[in-house]
Amino acid sequence: MTVMEQRGAYRPSPPPAWQPRMDPAPLLPDAEPYRVLGTEAAAKADPDLLRRLYTQLVRGRRYNTQATALTKQGRLAVYPSSTGQEACEVAAALALEERDWLFPSYRDTLAVVARGVDPVEALTLLRGDWHNGYDPRTHRVAPLSTPLATQLPHAVGLAHAARLKGDDVVALALVGDGGTSEGDFHEALNFAAVWQAPVVFLVQNNGFAISVPLAKQTAAPSLAHKAVGYGMPGRLVDGNDAAAVHEVLADAVRHARAGGGPTLVEAVTYRIDAHTNADDATRYRGDAEVEAWRAHDPIELLEAELTARGLLDHAAIEAARQDAEEMAADLRDRMNRDPELDPMALFDHVYAETTAQLREQRALLRAELEAEQEQHGEPEGGVR
Amino acid sequence: MTTVAVKPATMAQALTRALRDAMAADPAVHVMGEDVGALGGVFRVTDGLTKEFGEDRCTDTPLAEAGILGTAVGMAMYGLRPVVEMQFDAFAYPAFEQLISHVSRMRNRTRGRMPLPITVRVPYGGGIGGVEHHSDSSEAYYLATPGLHVVTPATVADAYGLLRQAIASDDPVVFLEPKRLYWSKDTWNPEHPTDVEPIGRAVVRRPGRSATLITYGPSLPVCLEAAEAAQAEGWDLEVVDLRSLVPFDDETVCAAVRRTGRAVVVHESTGFGGPGGEIAARITERCFHHLEAPVLRVAGFDIPYPPPMLERHHLPGVDRILDAVARLQWEAEG
Ligand SMILES: Cc1ncc(C[n+]2csc(CCOP(=O)(O)OP(=O)(O)O)c2C)c(N)n1
Repeated sequence: MTVMEQRGAYRPSPPPAWQPRMDPAPLLPDAEPYRVLGTEAAAKADPDLLRRLYTQLVRGRRYNTQATALTKQGRLAVYPSSTGQEACEVAAALALEERDWLFPSYRDTLAVVARGVDPVEALTLLRGDWHNGYDPRTHRVAPLSTPLATQLPHAVGLAHAARLKGDDVVALALVGDGGTSEGDFHEALNFAAVWQAPVVFLVQNNGFAISVPLAKQTAAPSLAHKAVGYGMPGRLVDGNDAAAVHEVLADAVRHARAGGGPTLVEAVTYRIDAHTNADDATRYRGDAEVEAWRAHDPIELLEAELTARGLLDHAAIEAARQDAEEMAADLRDRMNRDPELDPMALFDHVYAETTAQLREQRALLRAELEAEQEQHGEPEGGVR
Repeated sequence: MTTVAVKPATMAQALTRALRDAMAADPAVHVMGEDVGALGGVFRVTDGLTKEFGEDRCTDTPLAEAGILGTAVGMAMYGLRPVVEMQFDAFAYPAFEQLISHVSRMRNRTRGRMPLPITVRVPYGGGIGGVEHHSDSSEAYYLATPGLHVVTPATVADAYGLLRQAIASDDPVVFLEPKRLYWSKDTWNPEHPTDVEPIGRAVVRRPGRSATLITYGPSLPVCLEAAEAAQAEGWDLEVVDLRSLVPFDDETVCAAVRRTGRAVVVHESTGFGGPGGEIAARITERCFHHLEAPVLRVAGFDIPYPPPMLERHHLPGVDRILDAVARLQWEAEG
């Protein structure tokens, strides 16, 4: 018997300020990833939307193979392929209205292109002629973020600012499964929930962070479950089911726009290719796993549904392929041209107004380039 | 020193061997980081360690640099000697809070009662065609933080020897690995692998009489090449490899500068607020009367690290070093 129990009068009372803040049950994700294709829910899906998703998926796949080919020709410094994940990429872009913002990470070129950014400009970072090729404000797409999860607080801040201004703008932020381990992920979700910011987080759980499998990344029941701890709903969706990803994201975007606050969506998918063209995936995974996922291909899933429902015929499939080929040919042609490089531009955008120090360094480089030109003829790029 | 060079090896191989030997010699040594297990690290420096020592000794961590270094602090507090890998220079930044607020000052805060023998391995610097965030030279941030040793090898022998010393050190060491030298080959004597000068000593890699180039890490081979090229123009350049930025070897550096009377500091990181400013100031303070020209710096421009297609314009190359050397002459005459 403890001292407390001996003192029969002692009745522990609850801490005075404590109250349950909310019932966690509505925030919990479903037990299984939500699916549309091949289920009854598919009948409710908008045929036009499904066809648009299909065209974009086929384009996206082709973009991935073309960009990977360009790495072999030395036209890209590196390319992180999203083959297998096209449904997430495409649905991400199509779930947004024009006024909304997308915050992509380095693997999300397809989402960026599907949002309307020129395919070549979307590759500038990976080609290596500049860090970012497009104006973020034109298509409301933030620069591709390489340091993982660091773009997530930006998305929260932008969404919060939009709300403060009275604009009904939503931010969609993309992150990988590995990125969810970073402190920035936690801080972003916490801010978003506390501020009830109109932001949607999409985790593309593709099984690996380079070589590290999800089991070594998290002990959570699912990544979607993480939402509950912050006080926002978590949704789990089949990331290879374009219709399902689109529906869940569109729901979350609507919810955010209506003032309902943030949502965390986990899309369960798979990275078919290696981490990048420079990675050797055989060191950390076997073929059987990859083959099993190939059989759950996002394009084939959608194609089967559309064909079964008479929404896609041979001619339409051909047309989608043709469209993708044209995009690829254009990408190839333009990427095979040497980019216009101007070394003097190194000093152009360090500050709004350049400093005396940088002017001095600029002069030094100009003198070097002119000397080079005298020695070897034409230098690379023009010398201003 | 006996260095019977018997075997060619790459810097990456020497680093791997240093980790393996340190783990075999001391069960307290633990390697951890992103992808250090099955993959062997993105540069393969930890290749085979998990296989040999098990996942508890060479651990794939969750993807979180603050977490990696923060947990290493606790492990070190409990008597382990963590060696953590930051995958690339710019991905160490999330761990800065731990590094600056705890790792660097734990000994000081606890009046010497709580040393933290942690080695933080950071692949750094450019020249490998990496895209944004893969080529930063972050040494100035580290050396501005009291309590950290900051070490950077430029030779295969030093890669091994300095890493073993870093792991054995009872102080935290930021171990900067010049990633463009990972694959550079060198002859090396694995029979006497630790046979190098201690942390804190600089080494004259090439004796000379007319001026001293002071450098470290990725710029050492460039300086040696410049010294060769300068010979044709009548310059006999001395090249000092610092090896260790903290502690700093004033003695070797000043002796070299006094011999030649002229000095150029060469490094990739930015010039303004970079290590070269500190080094030039120290030389001026200690060798003023021996100097025949101001101490010059050849550094990266004061800009964010450029994209790969333009990085050659940013990195100090042989020509830029030779131009500085020529200016030393002019300053002396003028
Ligand atoms: C802060 C930070 N640490 C480390 C890295 C190096 N890195 C690049 S991609 C990657 C794995 C990312 O995995 P995940 O978040 O699952 O995205 P995926 O590559 O699978 O799309 C790592 C460790 C980085 N880019 N940023």
